[in-house]
Amino acid sequence: MAKLALSDEILLSIEKPARYIGNEVNMVRKDLKDVDVRFAMCFPDVYEIGMSHLGIQILYDMFNRMDGVYCERVYSPWTDLDAIMRKENIPLFALETQDPIKDFDFLGITIQYEMCYTNILQVLDLSKIPLIATERSEDDPIVIGGGPCAYNPEPLADFFDIFYMGEGETVYKDLIEAYRENKKNGGSRREFLEKAACIEGLYVSQFYDVEYNEDGTIKSFTPNNSNAKETITKQLVMDMSDTTYPEKPLVPFIKATQDRVVLEIQRGCIRGCRFCQAGMVYRPVRERNLEFLKDMAYKMLKNTGHEEISLSSLSSSDYSELEGLVNFLIDEFKGKGVNISLPSLRIDAFSLDVMSKVQDVRKSSLTFAPEAGSQRLRDVINKGLTEEVIINGAGMAFEAGWNRVKLYFMLGLPTETKEDMEGIALLSEKIAERYYEIPKDQRNGKVQIVASSSFFIPKPFTPFQWASMCTKEEFLSKAKVVNDKMKEMLNKKSIKYNWHEADVSELEGLLARGDRKVCKTVLRAYELGCIYDSWGETFDNDKWMRAIEETGIDMNFYITRERDTDEILPWDFIDTGVTKEFLKREWANARNENITPNCRLKCSGCGVMKFGGGVCFEGKN
Amino acid sequence: MKVRIKFAKRGNMKFIGHLDIMRYFQKVMRRTEIDIAYSEGFNPHQKMSFAAPLGVGLTSEGEYLDIEANSVTSSYDMIEKMNQTMVDGMQVLSVVALDDNAANAMSLVAAADYLVKYREGYKPECFVDNNVLKVEFNKFINSEAINILKKTKKSEKEVDIKPMIYSTEINDGVICMKLATGSSKNLKPELVMQAFHNANNITLGEFDLEICRLETYGSTLKEETDDVEMILNHLQPLDGFGTEIV
Repeated sequence: MAKLALSDEILLSIEKPARYIGNEVNMVRKDLKDVDVRFAMCFPDVYEIGMSHLGIQILYDMFNRMDGVYCERVYSPWTDLDAIMRKENIPLFALETQDPIKDFDFLGITIQYEMCYTNILQVLDLSKIPLIATERSEDDPIVIGGGPCAYNPEPLADFFDIFYMGEGETVYKDLIEAYRENKKNGGSRREFLEKAACIEGLYVSQFYDVEYNEDGTIKSFTPNNSNAKETITKQLVMDMSDTTYPEKPLVPFIKATQDRVVLEIQRGCIRGCRFCQAGMVYRPVRERNLEFLKDMAYKMLKNTGHEEISLSSLSSSDYSELEGLVNFLIDEFKGKGVNISLPSLRIDAFSLDVMSKVQDVRKSSLTFAPEAGSQRLRDVINKGLTEEVIINGAGMAFEAGWNRVKLYFMLGLPTETKEDMEGIALLSEKIAERYYEIPKDQRNGKVQIVASSSFFIPKPFTPFQWASMCTKEEFLSKAKVVNDKMKEMLNKKSIKYNWHEADVSELEGLLARGDRKVCKTVLRAYELGCIYDSWGETFDNDKWMRAIEETGIDMNFYITRERDTDEILPWDFIDTGVTKEFLKREWANARNENITPNCRLKCSGCGVMKFGGGVCFEGKN
Repeated sequence: MKVRIKFAKRGNMKFIGHLDIMRYFQKVMRRTEIDIAYSEGFNPHQKMSFAAPLGVGLTSEGEYLDIEANSVTSSYDMIEKMNQTMVDGMQVLSVVALDDNAANAMSLVAAADYLVKYREGYKPECFVDNNVLKVEFNKFINSEAINILKKTKKSEKEVDIKPMIYSTEINDGVICMKLATGSSKNLKPELVMQAFHNANNITLGEFDLEICRLETYGSTLKEETDDVEMILNHLQPLDGFGTEIV
């Protein structure tokens, strides 16, 4: 049995020691004698969150299939252990071998949300790796970042050696080979980074110089190393049914956020909602075939012993074989005590039928994401859901016995007016009224409607990347408008309205569209003690405000300022396949309230057809 | 058919709490395709119950759980299958079949054996000599009564734990004790050691001890008694209540 990095005394005095001991079912063990490349894969948040992430499971499996490569895991120590490790000078370690991260060749960090940036610094710091990439020595691991936030790597540019743009299944093999080659030839860290810069999709931020205009906008963004490419092109998997997928995912001892088998049914989304970064950067839609998924469902349930299986994708209702897949899962596994957890589906006869088969109607709720309160604003954001569809769907569900509805909205969308905000209350009211149209003796008690609004944060590579974002004061006054209107509604007692924290939204806005100047703000926030910023209990807005002030960051420049479409944006050097011309067209369409049809109805020429597959070529073979 | 499974929980697995061990075994049932019975209803759950929860930090060579199975193969086959999917530190030791009307392990539990030793570097100075420890421990255990203060939410009261200590043995600084365990009478080895330390005017530190549960016993007695001799004569390891499936 592995000797642990932490003593019994420490493990018995912290919360959930199971976070730090490894040894889970399906953990990969390798003899270090047969290993020449050690990769530490990190999700910079607490174990239960990190272990729930499908991407890490996919990459863990992929790396460990490679000969000579051993991939281990590391997560952010929770604040209790964090304090002990600092006090007792204990280096951060990987779960499998319990060896210090500093002994590894690579530290890969997935960057899933902006509010984990200080945790990235925590992981580097506890690992005793210099925070600034250019200060690292030959002995330090190569720090590589990937994931959705890597699509604007600039606020983290100082801290990473390499960023990986796109899906992890594609060029890691080449990177590992380049590493081995360099090691064999006695090459330096810098020589390796130069080799890495030559691989498609890899961005070595220290090989680029940024010059700024007097107004703070970018004047030029140019490579300073001959190996560095002008443009970094996103890498993606084109055949989703002939690729690596974890047949034996890890099973944690403690309850993780996702304590179930996750079947990824497709990548990408055909819908083209204009606020949605995932819907743009994961284009084109690529489906996994039904037989592949059936086979995976068997194997993964058998190998994990999980009692639940769920489907993962954006807009799951658009998966063309959804009906076949869901019916298969119900027929095959329901009788064996396996729960089928459905993603949120478009409400129609099919989804109501399967929902009533897999969940208790009285206890489950319907989910709609209209995102905006009025049809006008839904047209602006290209959210194809109409009021008629929502009311009809809710009506069908009410007739079938449901009485709980969840509604998701955003506040602060471009062009939003008071009427749009009040529309959130009106739509909630109309749904309630639809419920009470059912005769009293046929309905199931009172209706419960929960409307929630988050605040709109413009994201890179969306048509709204140029848009102005609201300040927190504006956000809160918008929430008040909605809340006041809610109180006027006839059925206000059946409707509950929640809104998101505005402090965090502002910071998320800064980090989402920040440039390299924001690196020092992240660093300063960390130095002041910020970690776990996505956790309400640990988030400290005052420290962030202090960091922003001390590093001379003008929030208005990053948040409220509407960008000119000619401006050089910090992430312009990345090619996601979706062209800037398309995004500009969509930005104009939004302001003209023109909707753009989804990819299956009509191709709008976004540019991703160049990848040669997916929905762009459906029915063309 | 009711089936009783005995397992060991060793080494680093001591950091995994009781509820997580329950979840662990639910998944073992699925991985090994043991034909366990499920309850009715919208969210069916496995018919499974554990004998006596083990605290975090303790290891064990004698843990038990009962399941209800629709069909079984053989003890040997089930042990093999489960052990193929066990993590490091967990091992299935026996599988036996019970009568349909047999009481479940939880209600049978009457006693358990514990092996208690001082963690390296944590032995109190006065007990560094194992002979002194032995003399002092035996003196303590043979006292008329062993009173400890039991704190409840409302009050503190003095309880004599001696009747719940069924037997002890100490050799080479390692203490073995058989203690009352279960829903009616329950005594934790830490509490005995705390009383021992108190009697010697030293405090017991949180990390001083390493404890392993060696075996869990059920009682064949029909009625409760305070007669220790009688209790000892009717104890049987929990897997002794069933028979091997061949």
